[in-house]
Amino acid sequence: MGLLVIFIQKVIGQGIGILYGALGEILTEKSGNLNLGIPGMMYMGGIAGLIGAFLYENSASAPNGLVGMLISFLCAFLCAAFGGLIYSILTITLKANQNVTGLALTTFGVGFGNFFGGSLSKLAGGVGQISVAVTGQAFKTPIPGLSKLGLLGQALFSYGFMTYLGIALAIALALFLNKTRKGLNLRAVGESPATADAAGIHVTAYKYLATCIGGGLSGLGGLYFVMEYSGGTWTNNGFGDRGWLAIALVIFALWKPVGAIWGSLLFGGLYILYLYIPGLSRGSQEIFKALPYVVTIIVLIISSLRKKREHQPPESLGQAYFREER
Amino acid sequence: MMKGKEPLFQTAKRESIEPWKAWMIRLIAVFLSLVVCSGIIIALTGLNPIEVYKGIIEGAVGTKRRVWMTIRDTLVLLCIAVGITPAFKMRFWNIGAEGQILIGGVTSAAMMIYFGNTLPPLILFPLMLLGSAIAAMIWACIPAFFKAYWDTNETLFTLMMNYVAMQVITFCIIFWENPKGSNSVGTINSATKGGWLPKLFGLEYGWNLVIVLGLTIAMYFYLKHSKQGYEISVVGESGNTARYAGINVKKVIMRTVALSGALCGIAGFIIVSGASHTISTSTAGGRGFTAIIVSWLSKFNTFAMILVSFFLVFMQKGAGQIASQFNLNENASDVITGIILFFILGCEFFIDYEVRFRGGKRSSAE
Repeated sequence: MGLLVIFIQKVIGQGIGILYGALGEILTEKSGNLNLGIPGMMYMGGIAGLIGAFLYENSASAPNGLVGMLISFLCAFLCAAFGGLIYSILTITLKANQNVTGLALTTFGVGFGNFFGGSLSKLAGGVGQISVAVTGQAFKTPIPGLSKLGLLGQALFSYGFMTYLGIALAIALALFLNKTRKGLNLRAVGESPATADAAGIHVTAYKYLATCIGGGLSGLGGLYFVMEYSGGTWTNNGFGDRGWLAIALVIFALWKPVGAIWGSLLFGGLYILYLYIPGLSRGSQEIFKALPYVVTIIVLIISSLRKKREHQPPESLGQAYFREER
Repeated sequence: MMKGKEPLFQTAKRESIEPWKAWMIRLIAVFLSLVVCSGIIIALTGLNPIEVYKGIIEGAVGTKRRVWMTIRDTLVLLCIAVGITPAFKMRFWNIGAEGQILIGGVTSAAMMIYFGNTLPPLILFPLMLLGSAIAAMIWACIPAFFKAYWDTNETLFTLMMNYVAMQVITFCIIFWENPKGSNSVGTINSATKGGWLPKLFGLEYGWNLVIVLGLTIAMYFYLKHSKQGYEISVVGESGNTARYAGINVKKVIMRTVALSGALCGIAGFIIVSGASHTISTSTAGGRGFTAIIVSWLSKFNTFAMILVSFFLVFMQKGAGQIASQFNLNENASDVITGIILFFILGCEFFIDYEVRFRGGKRSSAE
């Protein structure tokens, strides 16, 4: 049992960061924007949150974990949303190609994260390894009481608040998209912007908001990784290819936020499965690490074979909308 | 129309634009991006940006060796950009170049390891080139097959294939590890130089130059003046039109992506045999993605790609230099490259569209 609990904890630790990225990308893609800048924005969010917390902890005489947490949360969201804003200006207003812009944003964002992560200590006057222990601890604090409930408590309630927030966000996003008028409008924009425009929906505003907020959400995935997973430290490229995994998760979940919760757990599990299969050589472990991508490819193929309408990407995904060209 | 209701500015698609105007707009965009970068450099480091830009030029072309490094990397980027272009022209979003390069590269590396010291060069090099091309071609044909027959989304499929390739490479690296436990292959055949592309005309990267420039010219004529090139652009414009005109769309997709993959494989061969002489997960190093931007910005014109890839490599090399010169982190180059790309991508709008301001005379917001 103990082993199983540790496995579950590790799966959730891997999954939640990806979940935030995927939720941000689902919101973005529902507006018809395929933003391949997610990995970049996750880096931006992660480093901005760290810098925010770092500056606060360094300036305050007795740093308070809760304040540091709020500051880093805000910084991460805003910085990643800024990445979404760059993408929006280029693809929505200036009608640049979405794939190319997204890739440029990833180049920029990953560079941004590694640049500040690597030079933060130098810019701050050579304090060595950047670490925001107080804030990191605040992020890791589990729900008091519940986490003491034996094995079940350890498996379900031993995480910081971001884990639960991520799941709540996924449910909220599903409700927003499927049960509210604004959500319906957003989906209409993604399916057919011309029709939505004719129906009096402000297409540009919806696209901008969805992309910026989506960017901010995915940035929280970076923050989760930096704060809860790494305990408030930065390693260059430590975030790895999880950003692309988030994009894979969107496909896997068939653009459904609640599906992304299960998907993130599955991806997290596949990501660390190699640790639990006995007798693997170091080489074959690497082959196992390709599993999440292989599974995504299979889902992609199956959903294109079945051609079910509700399993398809938004109709206008990847295309710029220009009113005069209808 | 009521005065107050008229929007601040209107945009309209241009019919055409003189080339010099288009290039002026691009130049202005690059200039503006450098101004923004300067602002960021001053704000962060307090350094004089002119000194920093001097450092960039120094780093990219300051010494004979640096010039050759810049040329070498330009050639690799150019080769990949030329490779993905036919697929792009067909609107097949091959963002799997990264993986195709790796698969080509690992095939070359395998041949260097197993045959590098035994086969005569006259057989070895054509074998390596062909082997890499074929391996990458097969890798690229997997998503192309599903695209052609079931319209599976190729952007996401090729993207995922990159990471599968990455893990395959990691497996091979551990398999060939030298020395054991180092997690790297090290320089292959460092003593015998078996499988290293030799000098040509006394130039270290002579073969790279000949192969890549040859491909660039050939691709130009293939796209512009061959029947197949024409079919590619028809399929790219509209699949239905192509079908109506009697073009076998499935066949064109498979053939074009196979070609695209093969060229990316050759790029992998050039990197491994002609430049790095090793294989690692960073063999492609994001260049498969950068090449997409190169191809796109060049409007599929392979000669324009020479310029664009030179410019991007120039900036990266230069930024690498200032990073060490001013004690910055080497990732500064990605940040600067990213900002420049944003501006260039954005400026295309002013080339394709005309902006008219309210009340004013016609002007194109340059």
